[in-house]
Parts: sequence; structure tokens; C-alpha cells
Amino acid sequence: MKYLCLVYMAEAVRDAVPDRECRAFGESLRSSGRQLAAEALQGVDTATTVRVRSGKVSLTDGPFAETKEQLAGFYLLDAPDLDEALRLAAQIPPARVGAVEVRPVRELAAD
Amino acid sequence: MENAAATAAGPRRSSADDVLTAPEAWCNSSAPGTPADTPPAVHGIRPAPAAARPMVTDDPTATARAAAEAVYRAESRRVFATLVRLLGDFDLAEEALADAFRAALEQWPRDGVPANPRAWLVSAGRFKAIDGIRRRARFVAMADVEEQVEAIADDTPQRDADEIEDDRLRLVFTCCHPALAPDARVALTLREVCGLTTEEIAQAFLSAPPTLAQRIVRAKAKIRDARIPYQVPTPAELPERLDSVLRVIYLVFNEGYSASSGASVTRLDLSSEAIRLGRLLVELLPEPEAIGLLALMLLQESRRAARASADGDLVLLADQDRSLWNRAQIEEGSALVQRALASRSAGPYALQAAIAALHAGAATAEATDWREIVGLYDLLVRAEPSPVVELNRAVAVAMRDGPAAGLALVDVLLARGDLDDYRLAHAARADLCRRLGETAQARASYERALALTRQEPERRFLERRLAGLRR
Repeated sequence: MKYLCLVYMAEAVRDAVPDRECRAFGESLRSSGRQLAAEALQGVDTATTVRVRSGKVSLTDGPFAETKEQLAGFYLLDAPDLDEALRLAAQIPPARVGAVEVRPVRELAAD
Repeated sequence: MENAAATAAGPRRSSADDVLTAPEAWCNSSAPGTPADTPPAVHGIRPAPAAARPMVTDDPTATARAAAEAVYRAESRRVFATLVRLLGDFDLAEEALADAFRAALEQWPRDGVPANPRAWLVSAGRFKAIDGIRRRARFVAMADVEEQVEAIADDTPQRDADEIEDDRLRLVFTCCHPALAPDARVALTLREVCGLTTEEIAQAFLSAPPTLAQRIVRAKAKIRDARIPYQVPTPAELPERLDSVLRVIYLVFNEGYSASSGASVTRLDLSSEAIRLGRLLVELLPEPEAIGLLALMLLQESRRAARASADGDLVLLADQDRSLWNRAQIEEGSALVQRALASRSAGPYALQAAIAALHAGAATAEATDWREIVGLYDLLVRAEPSPVVELNRAVAVAMRDGPAAGLALVDVLLARGDLDDYRLAHAARADLCRRLGETAQARASYERALALTRQEPERRFLERRLAGLRR
């Protein structure tokens, strides 16, 4: 089953998690066959939010919501059950200074 | 004490607290007939179990039916837990359980009661589930059906070194999974492992049945949708997962010790159930708090025979016939207390057990070492701060220093507003006022307690106290 791990972290503490560490973790996850996709994201200052209402596109500078901890990256995992997904999520380096939301993926309805 | 439902900022309070408060709040060595810890179900308080009723020996159908009902009462949750493991799904298991019992009611009168009823029911349930999956196959691709049937585990038990034999304990760990909300864990365990009704669980939580039902439905949905595995935690994860389980077991014990409402004051099966689960836990993981919890339950259970008069009325701890106390349970509980306290820092369960052991060790009520008890409460208040623990401490202080000292503490607590709806707080206050000759105050507090009580024996007791005041 696929689980999405959304990595949240206050930008102030980003330096507490060096890229070197994230790279090493990503490699081990890939070689275990559990990782389907993963990316780190640039800071919220580079974000643009899109909304379409009544056919009209409106753009906002910045993230979807202003929160203390911001989305920093994601991992899409393949795990047999939640316990395994949680074990992997706990090893994601930013987990020790931020939070990782683990949510199962769903198949879209056929019709 | 441990309010497993505590997610709100409100005071921690559950039927668990009653257990600790009961002997203290009501105990008064000088006045006879003051309230006691809650009595067990005795003859006439609740219907005797099926096995105790005279069998209609010349009607095999009735006999088989009675047997099926007895098995249901005793074993249905055990069968359910095994079916959950085999079928891998709560709802499937519930259906299978119902089907299995229906089959038993049909076949046992005809074929006789099987030698191993539980195993029969597990097999029947599994068979019915597979059958049901195949019958529904019209709507599902054949390949999926076979996959589902394949996935249904074999009946033969697999002995793995780390595998816990008792399916119910496995189920407890699953129901107590940290990914579930704390109050959902307790509700789910009580429902699925112990078979309490939603109404009974709602009473224990002081919440509404529909809220409870929703909570359980959501929890099952999460187990299914997020795929929480039906497994025992790995040895590495086990200690963390234990705390959640302890809370649940203690709550179950207390549901057995003092039912929240209705004429019967205790539910014997649940207390024994909780103790059994507690023992299994200690075997698996002899952590100090697990040992402390088992000790506490045994010591409280040891007084069961003495708690009620022949009429089912409450008997004061101070007035209990101590020869009726179960010595074996006291010895076992006291020894466990020593084990639990031997660790570097005693946790709340161990401390509560130590207090219970002091009561159990006193030859007479007058011999009770209240000084020691207050000392233990001092530690307990630090380990597990809660208004109810402070209340219990206040009652113990009253025993050590006199009612005025205790009343002063109780009034401070009530002024804070945390214990407004807690009947035992008002009952304790009433008792202290009574001992001080403050009749009007005592009356007011007894009336408040009466308005809040939901147990018949307690109601009768409080009414007698109130009547006694007017004399």
C-alpha cells in the first residue's frame, strides 16, 4: 500500500537537518525498494498558490496557509502496513525537529 | 486516576477513580454504616449466569440452547479475537461470529454440544466467512475473491517464539494502537475485546452513546483504511505500547468493580477478565507498572466477598468482615507490590497498589497505618496529579489528623470546581461534616451526592445516611 509522508518543518530549524543527511537517508530508502518518489522543496518564499473560482484564476504569493511549520518535502512510500510506514517515517531526518504526516493513498473511483 | 479518555482539559475522572476513592472517601472507623467500597454482585442482585440455572434436563433443545448461551457469554470475545486474526477484518469477524452462533443454535440441539465449543465456533465462523465471500463473488472479480480467500489464515495455530498465544491480547494491542486517538483506543478495546455495549462504555466515560458509537466506527475505519496491522508489537516497540494497554485494562477492571449505573454494582466477569489480561501482560512483559497494575487489581478484588451485606447493601471498609477477604489474592498482590516498588521509581499503579496493600495488611480497621498511606498519597499526587487523587489524600489526612483537617482540603478542592459532578467528593464532604456535627452541611452534601449517584446500593446507602442525620 502507498503512503504519502508530508514533511513539515519550521524554516528556522532547517539548518538542523543538513542535506548530506537527507541524501544518505534517501539513498537507503531507495535501495530498500520502499521509496516510490521523494523530493525536497524550496522555501515557502518561492511558493505561489493558485485558486480558480468561476473560471477566474487567482494567484497568491506564498504557501497555501501561513503556519509555523511549513511543508519542506515529501516521500511516497510503498509499505505493507501502517506500522512499517510509521517506522520509515520516524527515520526521516526532519522528524526530529518537525513533524511528518503519514497518510494512505487512495485509488480514484473508476467512474 | 488514569482517565484513559482524558483528551479534554477537564478534570481526569472515570470509573477508575471511584475505585481508589471508594474505600478512603467513605471510611470512618468510628461510625458504623458509613459508605464502603462498592459491593460485588451477590445472589439476587443480578441474574445468575446460565450455567447456574437449573437445566431442563429432559429437553435437549433447551439444554443445547443454554449451553450455546453460556459459551457465548464466556467465550464470544475470545472467538471474535481469533476470527479477527484469521479473517484480518473487524467487520468480517463480527459477521462471522454472529453466523457461527446462529449455526450453533441450529446444530447443537441436533448433534449435541461439541467437546471444544470455542474451536467449533472458530471453524464455523471461518467457514461462513469464506462462504460469504464466495457468494458475494457475483459482484467481484473471481481473481479478487480467490485472493481474499487465500488471505484468510489457516486455522492451525502457528507457534512463533515471539508470538503471543492469546488472540485477545493481540487484539488489545491492536485496539490500543497509538495511531488511534486515546479515547478511541479504550472504547474500541472495551467493545471488541471485552464485549461491552456502547451504552455501558458511554456510562464509564460520562459521554453520550452516539458519540461513543461514532468514535468506534471511526477507529475501525482507520484500522481498515490506513491498514493498522493485527499484530503484536515488536519487542522493540512493546514497552511504549504497554502504557496504553494498562490504561485500558484498568478501566475495564473498574467497569467490573463498580458499574456506572443500574441496580448491580459490579460486573464480576469484567473484573476477572481484567485480572486475566493483567496476568498475561505481566508474563509477557514484567515491567513495574504492569506488575503494579496487577497488584492493584488483585488487592481490590480481594475484598469482593466482604463488600456487600446479604441484602446487597454497601459495607464500610471499616466494618468489613476481614475474614472474608481473599488472603491468597492479598498475598499475591502484596508480593507483586514489593516487586513493583523495587524498581528505581514507583509509578502511579505501583503506588496505588501499595496503598491498597496497607489496607489489606491491617488486621483491623483501627490498625490501618494512615500515616504511611498519606505518605504514599504525597508521592502519588506528584506522580499522577489529579483532583481525585487529591480528594483521596484529603480523606486519608482526615483519618490521620481528624475530620477538620480533611474537610479543609476537600473544601479547597470543591472551590476549584473540578469535582462538582463527582458524587464521591460530595459524599466524602458529607461524611466529614457529619463527623464534625455540621448537620446542615452534611445534609446538603448528601443530597448533592444522591443527585449524582447512579448505583442502587449507593443510593440506598446515601438515603440511609441522610435519614440518620434527621434523627
